[in-house]
Amino acid sequence: MSSVLFDTPGPKAVARNRVLSVVTLLVVVAIIGFVIYRFAESGQFQARKWQLFSFPLVQQTLLQAIGATLSAFATAAVFSLVLGIVLAFGRLSDRRWISVPCLAFTELFRAVPLLILMMIMYYGLPTLGVQGISPFIAVVVGLTLYNGSVLAEVFRAGIESLPRGQKEAGFAIGLRKSTVMTSILLPQAVRAMLPVIIAQLVVILKDTALGFIVTYNEILFQAKYFGSQAQYGSPIIPAAIIAGVIYVGLCLLLAGVAKFLESRMRRNQRIAKGTRAPVAAGSAAGD
Amino acid sequence: MNTLLNNLDLFTTGFQNTLILFFFSAIFALILGTIVAAMRVSPVPAMRAAGTFYVNTVRNTPLTLVLFFFALGYPKLGLPEISFMTAAIVGLSLYTATYVAEAIRSGINTVPVGQAEAARAIGLPFSQSLRLIVLPQAFRAVIPPMFSVFIALLKNTTVAAGFSVAEAGAIRANLSERGEPAMAGLLWVALVFVVLVFLLSLLQRYFENKWKVAR
Repeated sequence: MSSVLFDTPGPKAVARNRVLSVVTLLVVVAIIGFVIYRFAESGQFQARKWQLFSFPLVQQTLLQAIGATLSAFATAAVFSLVLGIVLAFGRLSDRRWISVPCLAFTELFRAVPLLILMMIMYYGLPTLGVQGISPFIAVVVGLTLYNGSVLAEVFRAGIESLPRGQKEAGFAIGLRKSTVMTSILLPQAVRAMLPVIIAQLVVILKDTALGFIVTYNEILFQAKYFGSQAQYGSPIIPAAIIAGVIYVGLCLLLAGVAKFLESRMRRNQRIAKGTRAPVAAGSAAGD
Repeated sequence: MNTLLNNLDLFTTGFQNTLILFFFSAIFALILGTIVAAMRVSPVPAMRAAGTFYVNTVRNTPLTLVLFFFALGYPKLGLPEISFMTAAIVGLSLYTATYVAEAIRSGINTVPVGQAEAARAIGLPFSQSLRLIVLPQAFRAVIPPMFSVFIALLKNTTVAAGFSVAEAGAIRANLSERGEPAMAGLLWVALVFVVLVFLLSLLQRYFENKWKVAR
């Protein structure tokens, strides 16, 4: 392989690269080997530590925890997308009394740490007499406020990156501003920004793990609970390994869906030259 | 206001720890991230593979889980003991380094092809053309995304509060022990973060102007 950064390797460079490859491999193997050795040495691979996770009841609880994570993710994702679109439209409004509050809202909620938002929901609001804030609501509202604000910026950047002619053509054929936005600009912006939007969805999925700190019953919370069962030797590392595999799997699955959608939309564009774009973009935003 | 003034000691130590976490994690993440980015564009296939594997794995793991491992799992391994603070710095650096690496890699791609070609033409090997020609320009191009990464890091330090580090995110728990209203304390913490993020974006604008790429 060659790139602009280096010449196609000659015989000498090939030999040197081989040596470097072997060295890298040795270093990586040494790091992984050391970690595994420490795990084995401190007895993390004893059957006793993993026994807990072979019980059907424990497995069911873990499945429920995955369900809890996914339901928080799905709810927050849908609400964030809606909030993001609303805020983006608000910011692009010609009326200052709409655009200025929307700007303040996005800037404020992008600057406050997500965990603090969740804590305000879960620990703060009940002291003001707001009833019925479950950890689920705290997690979803926190995720929605933060990611909605981030997505608003993404949508706005997408809409502003479109050629001006699109908007002008829409007005020229007599569409109202709202129709120009929803049926001409937004579909194209979503298509242009799809990779960023999906990346943000992965962030939402990962950030559901913060629910652990506000006692939401998700994967990490269960992992800590099982990990501290003393009669099974406090298998905290096995629990962390299991949680890690689940999270990486879920995120890679989401990234795979994203790649599939992207390739599909690109194909559509080539065949239909953009005429079917609104349909495809609309269905993608709903996912 | 009273909540803030009566517990100023809590707030100052909390944000002091937050800033320590932020400062050290940012430096380590910057160093590690640059190395990983260089590995990912290097001519050695094994280095590229190792860099890609690291970035893809850690980026798909929640920060909470990374800190969970270092704060709760690491002490069980029978290795030299480290404080929760150090564990949090290690976790945050390893996590943020992947984002730094991706930012720098995208910056390397924005450097005009002619620059790297010219470097090769005058006979510079890969390490020199990267170090002397490409990276200095890439760094300037990625100031905005790099600062987004650092702002995210600043906000992510609050996660360490869940793992026994007495920083800004832990102020609430300490306040409620003193019987202070939780909401007022949390709002003050949020306000300070808004100010800190604002300061960082001012710094970003300063660097953007100072290191504007003349093209």
